[in-house]
Amino acid sequence: MNHLPDADESAYQALAEVHDDPRWAFGTGFDDPLSGVDATVPSGVDGAELAAYCLMLGDDALVASHRLTEWVTRAPELEDEVALANVGLDLLGQARLLLARAGQADPALLRRGGTDVGETVPPEDFLAYFREQHAFRNVRLCELDNGDFARSLVRLLVFSAWRLAAFSGLTGSRDPVLAAVAAKGVKELAYHRDYAARWVVRLGDSTPVARERVERGLADVWPWVDELFRPSTVERRLAGVAVDPAGLRPEFDAVLGQVFAAAGLAAPDVPAAALVAGRSGRDGVHTEALSHLLAEMQSVARAHPGATW
Amino acid sequence: MSTDAAAGYSAEGGHGAVPTSGVPVAPDAPPSRRNWPLFEVFVRGKRGLNHVHVGSLRAADEQMALHNARDVYTRRNEGVSIWVVRSELITASSPAEKDPFFAPSGDKVYRHPTFYSIPDDVPHM
Repeated sequence: MNHLPDADESAYQALAEVHDDPRWAFGTGFDDPLSGVDATVPSGVDGAELAAYCLMLGDDALVASHRLTEWVTRAPELEDEVALANVGLDLLGQARLLLARAGQADPALLRRGGTDVGETVPPEDFLAYFREQHAFRNVRLCELDNGDFARSLVRLLVFSAWRLAAFSGLTGSRDPVLAAVAAKGVKELAYHRDYAARWVVRLGDSTPVARERVERGLADVWPWVDELFRPSTVERRLAGVAVDPAGLRPEFDAVLGQVFAAAGLAAPDVPAAALVAGRSGRDGVHTEALSHLLAEMQSVARAHPGATW
Repeated sequence: MSTDAAAGYSAEGGHGAVPTSGVPVAPDAPPSRRNWPLFEVFVRGKRGLNHVHVGSLRAADEQMALHNARDVYTRRNEGVSIWVVRSELITASSPAEKDPFFAPSGDKVYRHPTFYSIPDDVPHM
């Protein structure tokens, strides 16, 4: 029987820990999420399919992250600006690991016109900044314009509830890298979901103006929800490695139902956004919003390839 | 000009006679645009024994203050525990009274535990 609190809780135990770097008064204690993880593609798994799946998850995070950073310098409160930037940075961190994994699992992704671009630009940067729109595999929900604060927070709630459900399943993935990325991401996403849910409840259970905004935000975001649960061919083939998105719907509905009940809101009755000849974001078919986003996000890296700062 | 006073005019402020009633004035700011209350934030770091004051922030209520503090003050993995308290609830000593408050303890060396030896393995005395 151990009645001692864990190391973080016991001040004396924490003080007794060895810290090499005396410059940081509070300590750093950062961990590499992939330390000790075997990065070889597991046997029986097709590298190109694994890479395609990592691109999907990575692009979701990358595009959502960019939308969140658009709030920086224009959020309604300074504290929320920092919060949204933190969430964006968490997602950027996930994107980085996932895009790097995609490049590792399928080096062909990093070659363009016969030259290996990954030589001059880090693989994850190459995939983020030098791919064209049709090569992006994110769901269309991520690329929608921010709209107002209420709409952005509704989108963040939907996105993080869905992604948290997926990452919880991915912690048991046969690919050790995906499992490690998911294990790190679960804690982050749980906070993102909590943050967004608190705001949606606060706005829904508030003044008529706030309520109207959050209802309008829901109506704008909801048509893009069905796409989140449509399994792509790659996800179907990667059983044991990928998570089947169709199976995430019950958890998603339960979580959203809880938030809606607390906020006095309801899922809007709006038709799902149409597919384009049966294709959507996972097939590289996107809305116009993504082209504007990419033009801005990729402009600096393309103007100064290989630059460091 | 007693009629002016009856109609509600005033020359206050040196602008001549200005009506004092029936004039549109700026409405009170709606609640959402008023400043949220100020909170003081205390964080206990991994290596700290006490909660240390790290700064202040604004939030609509205590729960939001706690979350904002998490986002603003523990971004670099500093903390394991956060306290927030409304700034208005803190009673502070006044700088003007510094001398009568603190000076009397300045020459009372016998109040320090310096007259016996402390074992080497006892930290943070």
